[in-house]
Amino acid sequence: MSNTKPVLSLKDIQKHFGAVTAIENFSLDIHPGEIVALVGDNGAGKSTLIKIISGVYAPSSGTITIEDETVSMASAEIARSHGIEVVYQDLALADQQSVYMNMFLGREITNKIGMLDRKTMISETQKLVDELDVRIPSPHATIRDLSGGQRQGVAIARATRWAKKVILLDEPTAALGVAETAKVEEIVESLKRRNIGVLIISHSLDQVFRLADRVCVLRRGQQIGIRETAKTDKNEIIGMITGLQQSDAA
Amino acid sequence: MSQSKPGNPTSANAAASRSLRQIVGRINLQQYVVYFGFLAIFLFFAITLGDNGFLSIRNLSNIVLQTAPATILAIGLVFVLSAGEIDLSFGSIVAVSALAAAVVMNEYGMVAGIAAGMGAGLLAGAINGTVVAFVRLPSFLVTLATMGLFAGIARSMTNLRSIPVLDGDFAGFFGSGSFLGIPSLIWWTVLAVAVGHFIYRETRFGAHVLATGDNPQAASVSGIKVARIRLYVLMLSGGLAGLAGLLYAGRLQAAKYTLGESDLMTVIAAVIVGGTLLHGGRGTIIGALIGSLMMGMLNNGLILMGLSVSDQMIVRGLIILAAVAVSLREKAR
Ligand SMILES: Nc1ncnc2c1ncn2[C@@H]1O[C@H](COP(=O)(O)OP(=O)(O)O)[C@@H](O)[C@H]1O
Ligand SMILES: [Mg+2]
Repeated sequence: MSNTKPVLSLKDIQKHFGAVTAIENFSLDIHPGEIVALVGDNGAGKSTLIKIISGVYAPSSGTITIEDETVSMASAEIARSHGIEVVYQDLALADQQSVYMNMFLGREITNKIGMLDRKTMISETQKLVDELDVRIPSPHATIRDLSGGQRQGVAIARATRWAKKVILLDEPTAALGVAETAKVEEIVESLKRRNIGVLIISHSLDQVFRLADRVCVLRRGQQIGIRETAKTDKNEIIGMITGLQQSDAA
Repeated sequence: MSQSKPGNPTSANAAASRSLRQIVGRINLQQYVVYFGFLAIFLFFAITLGDNGFLSIRNLSNIVLQTAPATILAIGLVFVLSAGEIDLSFGSIVAVSALAAAVVMNEYGMVAGIAAGMGAGLLAGAINGTVVAFVRLPSFLVTLATMGLFAGIARSMTNLRSIPVLDGDFAGFFGSGSFLGIPSLIWWTVLAVAVGHFIYRETRFGAHVLATGDNPQAASVSGIKVARIRLYVLMLSGGLAGLAGLLYAGRLQAAKYTLGESDLMTVIAAVIVGGTLLHGGRGTIIGALIGSLMMGMLNNGLILMGLSVSDQMIVRGLIILAAVAVSLREKAR
């Protein structure tokens, strides 16, 4: 993995909410086509980190670099314009709208006279769900009528449609059953082939070991360490999460 | 989608039946309740009041003319509800706008009067919208307050006096006139419905209104400026209330603080029965038009039946209750 240039590079990121230190000195490189898992107990700072990368929160200090360019993620729009997409924990889908309108939410395609170009949006949606094998009845289907797995599939497909560089996933399978989880994992796996860097938050270590190339552990805002999944095991990671093992730096 | 190869009958059939299922799945019965209701009420009055002139061209066209302001108000309300907000103040805005138009017109002429009426409506809507969008107070409470505020302003503007509208061109343009043999009130209705439907269904703005009402958080993280959308829908409602005020003033050739007073219930009922959700995310302009015509027909029929005003109110209230219950039950399915 380290033979390619990182697509996203975080250096010495800190985040304080008033007196609370949510993130304390976090650094991580993500390479194209690499899946990195972010693990840690509740309140460890995982969601905060994703929000910093996606421009929802500004870091208190530290730098974010995208392909050699140091950027300031001052807003979600800026992060998006840099090719970063997020699949949020609480699905950011409009329930009563169709799949294709959700796919293009806020970025609808219009024709020359400013009319919605539904035909193009529908065919692009169909193409994408076919490619990713998200099994939905039709691009016209209303989100509300879909299963949890299908919805998450739509959310990931949307991120894939727009992400040029990085997709951040915040517990994408937390609310799903076994079969649906497998389907979503398959979709996430397929993002590697698109050369997109993936950062995925997960509470399931089985999932982490199935999907990720590397795993990064946070504990109460501290970065405990990064391991290649091929060269570690669950016990070590659990030790890092729970604090039986001290931080690498310490 | 259409991966079926030509000359392969099985997959062509499969594709056909699949797309038929998709079409059927897309039809939303709730959106059609209003058409059945419209037909049922029409048939009922046609049978019971056929001899009392209900079916005469004159009476039927009167129904359409009389519902013109309500239809235009309903279009604004579809946008507001779809964005997850509500406007209770449009009736009061109608009165303020009509009075502003009449007073200014009698002093400075027709164009100034129209500008004053529309301006008053937009300003009132902007006040609602600013408080709702940027102070983040619930639109139900904000517009409940401004309903009273604007009604008070309308009363004090001319000390409860009725202001005659003397300009003949204005009365023709907004009221009793016609163009190509079709009454101007019908032109206004058609224009407002066509433009409203277009914006609602075919533009990004319409899509953003729906997304904002459906899931404001999702809309927001998708880059939609939800505060601006809330401001715009309430301004639109105010502007259309201004137009409705001009139509009332044109038709009655006078403006009074009571204009628009009785429209609140009728318009909300028309929109909800028409298939627009009360809590946002889904709606229809055409349904609101049909709903509004249905309310107008109901009014007309009850008068022709010879019911007293209080009996009319009771019957209308009950029918609206039933219609709303049916359409909401259908939605909750
Ligand atoms: N907006 C906020 N304001 C104040 N504290 C916050 C805010 N967001 C998160 N925190 C705090 O930061 C810490 C990390 O939270 P979070 O990133 O949500 O953890 P995780 O996603 O790993 O469960 C927690 O102590 C949480 O209370
Ligand atoms: Mg979290």
